[in-house]
Amino acid sequence: MSQRVGIIGFGQTYHRSRRDDVTGIELINEAVRSALEDAELTIKDIDAVVIGNMDHFEAVNYVDTWSVDGSGAWMKPLIKLTTGGTTGSTLGIAGYHHAASGLFDVVLVIGWEKNSESDTTGAIITCSDPIFDRFSFSGALPGLAVEASAYIKRYGITEEDAARVAVRDRTHGANNPYAQLQTPVTVEEVMKSPMLSWPIKLLDICPRSDGAAAVIFAGERKARQMCPQPAWVHSTAVRHSHAYFCDVNYEELHTLEGAVRELYDHVGIKEPLKELDVVELYQPYSFAGLKWIEAMGLCKPGESPRLIWDGATDMGGELPFNPSGGVICTNCIGATGLLRIGEAALQVMGRAAGRQVPDVNLALATGFGGAYWSDLMLLGRRPW
Amino acid sequence: MTTSPEEHIIYDGRIKMPYTWAAGKTSSYFLTQLRDYGRLWGTRCPDCAMVYMPPRKNCPRCVVTDTTWVELPPRGVLETFTVVHFSEPSLQPMEPPYIYGIVRLDGADTGLTHLVSEIEPNRLRSGMRMEAAFKKLEQRRGEITDLLYFRPEGGGRQ
Amino acid sequence: MTDIAIVGAAQTPYQRCRDDANFAEMIYEVTCGALADAGLGISDIDNFITVSNDFWDGRTISSMAVQDACGSSFEGGRNVSTVEGDGTFGLLYGMMRILSGAYQTTLVVVHCKGSEGNMRQITNGMFDYIYTRPLGIEAIGAAALQARRYMDSYNITEEDFAHVSVKNRGNALRNPHAQLAAEMTVEEVMASKPIASPLKLHDLSPISDGAAAVILAHRNVADKLGRKPVWVKGIAHCSEAHFLGDRDLAEAPALRDASRRAYQMAGIKKPFAEIDVVELYDAFSYMEPLWLEELGFCPRGKGGELARLGATAFDGPVPVNPSGGVLSAHAVLVAGLARVIEAALQVRGEAGERQVEGPVEFALAHGINGPCGQSHCVVILGE
Ligand SMILES: [Zn+2]
Repeated sequence: MSQRVGIIGFGQTYHRSRRDDVTGIELINEAVRSALEDAELTIKDIDAVVIGNMDHFEAVNYVDTWSVDGSGAWMKPLIKLTTGGTTGSTLGIAGYHHAASGLFDVVLVIGWEKNSESDTTGAIITCSDPIFDRFSFSGALPGLAVEASAYIKRYGITEEDAARVAVRDRTHGANNPYAQLQTPVTVEEVMKSPMLSWPIKLLDICPRSDGAAAVIFAGERKARQMCPQPAWVHSTAVRHSHAYFCDVNYEELHTLEGAVRELYDHVGIKEPLKELDVVELYQPYSFAGLKWIEAMGLCKPGESPRLIWDGATDMGGELPFNPSGGVICTNCIGATGLLRIGEAALQVMGRAAGRQVPDVNLALATGFGGAYWSDLMLLGRRPW
Repeated sequence: MTTSPEEHIIYDGRIKMPYTWAAGKTSSYFLTQLRDYGRLWGTRCPDCAMVYMPPRKNCPRCVVTDTTWVELPPRGVLETFTVVHFSEPSLQPMEPPYIYGIVRLDGADTGLTHLVSEIEPNRLRSGMRMEAAFKKLEQRRGEITDLLYFRPEGGGRQ
Repeated sequence: MTDIAIVGAAQTPYQRCRDDANFAEMIYEVTCGALADAGLGISDIDNFITVSNDFWDGRTISSMAVQDACGSSFEGGRNVSTVEGDGTFGLLYGMMRILSGAYQTTLVVVHCKGSEGNMRQITNGMFDYIYTRPLGIEAIGAAALQARRYMDSYNITEEDFAHVSVKNRGNALRNPHAQLAAEMTVEEVMASKPIASPLKLHDLSPISDGAAAVILAHRNVADKLGRKPVWVKGIAHCSEAHFLGDRDLAEAPALRDASRRAYQMAGIKKPFAEIDVVELYDAFSYMEPLWLEELGFCPRGKGGELARLGATAFDGPVPVNPSGGVLSAHAVLVAGLARVIEAALQVRGEAGERQVEGPVEFALAHGINGPCGQSHCVVILGE
């Protein structure tokens, strides 16, 4: 019997470039403890556990069974999901369905990564088809750079426009004690940072992080019992459309367009810029903060720089983006999408402390990964 | 679609990736004590009193409880064993046939999976008393294999 | 009892090396097969679950390779998720997504090409990298520790295990998809090459390539289709501790727990009397009796008698693995969903030569994850 679902707890580690003081299992345990503490629950209250990461970053096969000592899944239902960059959002969506299905009431969802333990790009390169794609066009950076240059060419946007997005997120990151990077930067500093793959410069792009996130989902009855203000799940949508990088249309982000259309239609959103109150966008690099908000229907194609320079997406703006500092300040990949969901939940619950946006009714969290895939979860103050 | 004559191309690939796994504070203590002193430390949960070997930072069952250190003797009981006959040189620490066993050290509630040696395979029995043999001090590197293997208590025979 | 039915299914034949197709092509094959079996088109599917493993596929984000092949990218893309683990867990999550009210139908696809990687290195990678991997132990060595512990705890013999291999490889003669099918004797199993004592060559499942697909539908859809739906009556999963030494390997408490919850959902009180056919994840011969004990088919320690006395034979009171089981074809991840498909065929009465006698009211299918069956998923199917 299906039920409505709310998020009732969120925990995360203090994200760092490396955490040599703990193993992956111990890192996971930090986030689990933090989430249980946040929800004022014990492990006995948890009915099922969902966990994921990207295998090749730590070279652990069957992460679900390996990490039981840290996750608390001993003698509990346990499942692993992984979808690349979208892993964290995939996990959150799975937590929702676990509870919404009525099979479980209280579900602990864990995303984590210790990116310090391997060569991140080396591992990502192996996602490409070994016969047709891997020798040439591989890893995260080339694809993003092609996307950015296609966007520049089509709409005449500038590298400074993108730099302004990076400035926004890095400024917001200073409000988040959990963020790996908490140092504000200026447009000039972004522009002068080392060029990685034109037009992407060092300060345009995310770091790699060690960190974990844990979010607790609960069915309506338990959620109301356990939490004064749950962040209710209104809708989710997923598009993992492409198999090959050569299939991706670098001019549009069709997966995000398709997913937002499904989600807005489902909940009846017509003017997202006005109706949404905060967005935690899985934005791995600055140019995405321009092009993708167009895909989200916040403005017409090519018009995003105006919104950005006007401060509409800054704290205090019409629709603040990434109050947490977002992916550009922290990217422990398997956790990243779940951090978006957890941060969006905090905003709805009114518990985001120094990064709180006032009066959040609707918060949107996104995930990005694979061959330009998109995941969405919409959270609200009242049950959907 | 036809190919003539039918041929199936096999594409050789190899993912070779270096990893640097942090042992973390807890296991680092265990491994340095093993390396420097040949001592074996487990952890005890203050809540449920379980004694774990290998050590855990938090109790896997109580989840939110940090454990405390407890030194365990290098002796215990063989819970199960296998004599490995197949060869996989990319993984195996020695030429087969060789023996794996799970040894529960005295005072521990969990067993340690390791190598067993200095005994004829046909003399192996579950429930046997075992003792740890360590590598020579100068050969130890802060790895679980600094504990060379378990052998019958009181000295085995080759 | 749930509102979810299996309305279509397909599997490839299992082979040691399927070099005529890459795994996306194998997924395409079973996707088309399952749709045809269900009498549905790809546009009828509104949700997809792909099941894959980055280690066996030798690529990170292994699900990328099969998105086109399974049809999740059809018409600009549908909702999809990826489970990494046994196919039964994919089935379970697919079900959840229908039960949540979000979707009506779900295609679950799973593939594995054991031939393309090094099984021993890949399964060594399941273990903790500080304390266990440096010992070189992998799936077979760990299983051997479990088999020995099980034997010593209950005076079960290697011959008891050999009876399981003889039965299952013999059953496989009736299954055109099976990879290893043979008339064997207990003596032949006992005389086969020692691999890791007490396990010998014929106690082991083979390395296989294969793929499988299942289409799930909500009652609203299932009742309208021409084909007889096979209902998921109960389903549950559970994991126990990771370190082998933390577990009593002669027991499987996670399976006990999962099966009791699945039985409760299905309204089953006496599994031996009520369940008509069982498809188990017998990656090694000893697993079948051990799992049967924990599933409540016999008292603890008595599992060894079941195959020896014929209780689990093809024409016995509870046929176990009439398909030949995992011992006869072991495409990792696929194998659990293959058990579900075999159980569904039995419920439909469409298992061909391997159809068990009498009506099948309840069929049990089972999958595992992790070393020595650390995590289990139990599925009860019925009419
Ligand atoms: Zn404890």
